[in-house]
Amino acid sequence: MIEASLRLQRGDFKLDVALQLPAQGVSALFGPSGCGKTTLLRALAGLERASGRVALGTEVWQDDITGHWLPTHRRSLGYVTQEAALFPHLDVRANLDYGRRRSGPTAQSFALDAVVELLGIGPLMQRRPSTLSGGERQRVAIARALATAPRLLLMDEPLAALDAQRKAEILPYLERLHRELALPIVYVTHAMDEVARLADHLVLLQAGRVLAAGPLSELLSRTDLPLARQDDAGVVIEASVTEHDPRYGLSRVGFAGGSLWVGETAEAIGEPVRARVLARDVSVTKSRPTETSVINVLPVVLEAVQTDHSTALLRLRVSDTGSDQRAVRLLARITRRSCELLSLQPGDALFAQIKGVALMEAHR
Amino acid sequence: MNESTWTTIGLTAQLAGLSTLLLLLLGTPLAWWLARTRSPVKPFVASLVAMPLVLPPSVLGFYLLLLMGPQGLVGQFTQALGLGRLPFTFGGLVVASVLYSMPFVVQPIAQAFEAIPERMLEAAATLRASRLDRFFSVALPLARPGLVTAAVLGFAHSVGEFGVVLMIGGNIPGQTRVLSVAIYEHVEASEFDQAHQLAAGLVLFSLLVLVTLYRVNRVPRGEAAS
Repeated sequence: MIEASLRLQRGDFKLDVALQLPAQGVSALFGPSGCGKTTLLRALAGLERASGRVALGTEVWQDDITGHWLPTHRRSLGYVTQEAALFPHLDVRANLDYGRRRSGPTAQSFALDAVVELLGIGPLMQRRPSTLSGGERQRVAIARALATAPRLLLMDEPLAALDAQRKAEILPYLERLHRELALPIVYVTHAMDEVARLADHLVLLQAGRVLAAGPLSELLSRTDLPLARQDDAGVVIEASVTEHDPRYGLSRVGFAGGSLWVGETAEAIGEPVRARVLARDVSVTKSRPTETSVINVLPVVLEAVQTDHSTALLRLRVSDTGSDQRAVRLLARITRRSCELLSLQPGDALFAQIKGVALMEAHR
Repeated sequence: MNESTWTTIGLTAQLAGLSTLLLLLLGTPLAWWLARTRSPVKPFVASLVAMPLVLPPSVLGFYLLLLMGPQGLVGQFTQALGLGRLPFTFGGLVVASVLYSMPFVVQPIAQAFEAIPERMLEAAATLRASRLDRFFSVALPLARPGLVTAAVLGFAHSVGEFGVVLMIGGNIPGQTRVLSVAIYEHVEASEFDQAHQLAAGLVLFSLLVLVTLYRVNRVPRGEAAS
């Protein structure tokens, strides 16, 4: 468990958060620019002096009550920034060795080769940072942070400075990191697609405060958060590939209690995947649609309705996936007019027609 | 050139070499402090360091003479330590020279330190480097061009110094007579040939130093930016 309760005042800006993040997986700090997510990350690293307490399991990094403060260089963390701050006077190998040599015996025995392989930077070892592309630099910076064998990896918008192509080049490496390392990651971003692909746990920040925090799928399916009002509002479903249908160029991904057809994927059967379903791609019918072009139709129960002037946002629970926290939920955005014409009420049994499913975690 | 000329050249080289060494040892931490501090006394310290740029050397020399003289604070201190008095000694020359050349050393180093992005030092901190470690393993190597410039300027400036040297050191052969003073003496005595030898030598030396500096100190392309 990563605990942080931090307060800090900078002019008009005030950070005041109390967080408990899981000690595994990716926790995304998400929010608009100026919401304090970078400041919070810097305070976790000790680069910013906030008051409060930071602890990683039993290891206390800061506790103002006892006056305990570990300076950044004595915290077992890796830090990756938007602009990879590689040392220009050292080649890639010396950059990787910089932190590794200064870390404890765990890092010395740590298999650097595995990290080099994971990030695909083997051919770059003798190069100077100035000769690397933006994407390569960022991969080296990540490897350099990992080479210290940290107990926590902090990433501050590691993709924000890259164009779409470079971003697409790095994302698969981040996904591998997420899958293959047991290392907890705190990931700052303002890009929803990165959250949808990488995060397990989500912290929504607004004006220096925590608006909501919890498992990703739980937060994404809430209708009362600003997330739900975004155009790209939608849920993420953890599933695995169950079937390929090359005749039609389709694949089927299944989860406990249901399945979805998606465009054919290169993933092998049994591989875990994430499917993202946007609220604007989901519509509902009261009876099971028979003659429809939509191939993904799931029986659902309407859990909540949130309306504004013209639209209604529905929270739907996929009927066969149980009724607890772990049930698969969908959001559907329809017109308020339709909502009233169908006189939709929480508890109604409906059918969700899903027009589009985006599959994430594309392997290389 | 006769023997006394060689003595003068040797003494000049010694003075400049020792001054440069001391300048780098004192100037580098001072430049680091100036580049990083947010202290309210920074403008005051920066101005003090820069004073020799605007003051006539004779003014500095005059006050140093008073300070280091028998009634001066520094003079009483050195006498109490049993070191005697500094004026008209080689030691006094070194002290004066270091003070007078300080801005030429501190400013390029401070500028080089200021140009280092904060995120480089923060990155080093997240890679387990302590404060002192960051200074030696990141700040100094990245400030190398500034350090080279500072060393060369400090050395050349110490060689060329005249006013302060005359005030503090006088003109004692083998002890305080350096090149610039020797040239002045030759001119006073209408020994233009000897003056030419030394003056032309200094011109050549300075040119050589600057050309070397500009050649050596080229920053490899693209590295300064990243």
